[in-house]
Amino acid sequence: MLGWEFPPRIAGGLAVACYGLVRGLAHHGVKVTFVMPLRTGEEPPDGYRLLGANEIDVPFSQSVSLPSFWHTITFYGVRTALGPYLEQLTAPEIHFQSVPEPVSFTTEGTLRLEFSGKYGPDLLSEVYRYAYAVSHLAEREEFDIIHAHDWLTYLGGLWLKEKTGKPLVVHVHATEYDRSGDNPNPDVRAIEKLGMEGADLVIAVSFYTRSLIIEKYGIPAEKIWAIHNAVLPKDRQPIQRPPSQRKVVTFLGRVTYQKGPEYFVEAAARVAPHIPEAHFVMAGTGDLLRGVIRRVAQLRLGARFSFTGFLPPAEVERLFDLSDVYVMPSVSEPFGISALEALRAGVPVIISKQSGVAEVLPHALKVDFWDVDGLADLIYGVLRYKGIRPFFIRYAQAELAQLQWERSSARVIEAYKSILP
Amino acid sequence: MKHICLYFQVHQPFRLRIYRFFDIGVSHDYYHELNNRTLLQRIARKCYLPMNALLKKLIQQWGPERFSVAFAISGTALEQMEVYAPEVLESFQGLYQTGGVELIGETYAHSLASLKSRKEFERQVKKHTKTLESLFGAKPKVFRNTELVYYDEVAQWVSAMGFEAMLAEGADTLLGWRSPNYLYESAAAPLKLLLRNYKLSDDIAFRFSNRSWEAYPLTAEKFAEWISAIPSEQRLINLFMDYETFGEHQWAETGIFEFFEAWVNKMLSEERARFLTPSEVLKRHEPAAKISVPMPLSWADSERDLTAWLGNELQIDAFETLYALEPLIETVTSPALHRDWLRLQTSDHFYYMCTKFFSDGDVHKYFNPYNSPYEAYVTYMNVLSDFRERLEQEAKATQSAPHEGKVPKANA
Repeated sequence: MLGWEFPPRIAGGLAVACYGLVRGLAHHGVKVTFVMPLRTGEEPPDGYRLLGANEIDVPFSQSVSLPSFWHTITFYGVRTALGPYLEQLTAPEIHFQSVPEPVSFTTEGTLRLEFSGKYGPDLLSEVYRYAYAVSHLAEREEFDIIHAHDWLTYLGGLWLKEKTGKPLVVHVHATEYDRSGDNPNPDVRAIEKLGMEGADLVIAVSFYTRSLIIEKYGIPAEKIWAIHNAVLPKDRQPIQRPPSQRKVVTFLGRVTYQKGPEYFVEAAARVAPHIPEAHFVMAGTGDLLRGVIRRVAQLRLGARFSFTGFLPPAEVERLFDLSDVYVMPSVSEPFGISALEALRAGVPVIISKQSGVAEVLPHALKVDFWDVDGLADLIYGVLRYKGIRPFFIRYAQAELAQLQWERSSARVIEAYKSILP
Repeated sequence: MKHICLYFQVHQPFRLRIYRFFDIGVSHDYYHELNNRTLLQRIARKCYLPMNALLKKLIQQWGPERFSVAFAISGTALEQMEVYAPEVLESFQGLYQTGGVELIGETYAHSLASLKSRKEFERQVKKHTKTLESLFGAKPKVFRNTELVYYDEVAQWVSAMGFEAMLAEGADTLLGWRSPNYLYESAAAPLKLLLRNYKLSDDIAFRFSNRSWEAYPLTAEKFAEWISAIPSEQRLINLFMDYETFGEHQWAETGIFEFFEAWVNKMLSEERARFLTPSEVLKRHEPAAKISVPMPLSWADSERDLTAWLGNELQIDAFETLYALEPLIETVTSPALHRDWLRLQTSDHFYYMCTKFFSDGDVHKYFNPYNSPYEAYVTYMNVLSDFRERLEQEAKATQSAPHEGKVPKANA
């Protein structure tokens, strides 16, 4: 299994989903080796094997023989932070020397590539080096299925498939259209399309995402399985809330176009004058954060808002314990695992209809992301009218109990079986 | 020969508009005028007018002694007809004048007041009776409660108000091994009971156009046979249903009108049955047994209980919040406040907050303006918040008015 994130290194839902899935598969007796750019050594050990791409020996040679699909990628290399690194990728006669440093040499004519494992400006070059390292698992490892999570690992999956002939599953947790709306980064989109086309089977985290894959990438519907994410059971006691009249309304997620933070602010502006004890928390960071803070200041709501920046998992749990309602106004959300985490903590959630998680939570409060008045009205309703909380908790908790990784994993195994010889 | 008692319920609520919390204290306009108007006019076109015409034709053809029916028309429905479709009200008045129609009493607002307040219940029943008198010159002797909600205590109230009989659901839980095809009597009060034969009623109301039903398509012959197949000692068949069944729940294209006409003609021409009004039934039948119903029953869903209106926290909170205002409403005289007080009690508002999506969801979604019970609840509570503010202001003003003739009751 190829992935970019794994706990404790968490940037978003991807790591949480990978962890849950791997544990679920282990529960059913599937032997999983999870290959990530690099290990921190602090990953929870739970019946699977973790491997860093930086631990894979690759032969020390002057030139790399590129896989056949490589030439089919059309890179545009414009406008984006990823741009500067694309020249190296597009060169058909790529030489190892031109593959970005750093590398470290081992004895006996092999070397190991190094990775930051971050989403930095050299992401594409890491993606390429990861693919190259992973391709050398062909000689080293025995396996039946290659399962690659999100575009970052698709090239590695394709390369490995080409060398071994093993079936490839690509698992779509998000697409470039979710992240960037109707202006996708063309290079990322190209890699996504290549991966989905080259895969024997595509797993989408929701029907919402499945339709998007059909519509935007032209992938045949029969090849795509929608398998919903789940949530791990609660393993901790909630902290005691300090005695306070304060009502906390929480946004949690990357402060980017995809997550709809502006809609949260506009709804807050409507609620704030009517509920003086309401306080709004925006947890997360991203390219829209400055703009959002400016807007909050303009609305004179500075005193009513807290911006926490990025929160590690333990802090997220604490935040949920202190929250009265969790709002996820995503413009396009393939799944939205954080809604399940809020729910697990007993917090009513308001989610956008444009989210995959809405499919598995019939009783959640739902609103169109652009319907700021409707969103405000629901926030007000949850805070003011006492019927919603007990009602919501009763129904949604029952729904939550159905969402177990054991179940989702069983579906993944079914999907595997459909493509295994 | 069977006696068939056809009773139709005619009701329309004043649906609320999208009313946000920031409207509270700003706007007192609660109702979705456009929606209510267009819905009523559509139903009038598809159901009320054509079905009234058909019933009139049948009454005139066979005479009221052979073919009569009963209606309960809620006060809110009558109000809407007066304003949005006066020709429908005239059509009902014309139908009443044929002599083949009995009008039945109910709560004016089609409310659930019987579950909360006897006083409010009686106020509404009297208001409805008065309305029937002024619009139709009718004086109802038989009563039916909203959605056939029935229990012993209500029987006592209804009997004390002078009604002779009441309609109720022929629920299995109430009847046990007994058949609904007899006249019964309340064990709690001198009040006769007509119990709905839910199987045959729902064959028309719910299953008529259901292609996956094994009896589909339902023909006049088939339905006549089913009724004739009932043992001869069971002489009374009570078919109670929403009037909107004809042309709205079951579209004209399903053949519902043709079916109804053919079936009535068949029953009468072959002298298999007569169609009696509830009052006629009382004259010709003796109660077979006394029945006791300690807990409320209704005609809704498979449970026949109140969970469609008061089954979850949203509904209960809204209901309790509403009726907590009753002492206050008694202290004011503003017609606008009393009008809203009635309209907000209509049971449909609570029905929209129902969450039994999966079992009985189809019926519940019908005419439901909301996407989710939360929306229904939040909207209702917003409206109720504004209503309470107005009420409190008015009550205060009334109390402090120096020359107020009427002493407010909730003063103490």
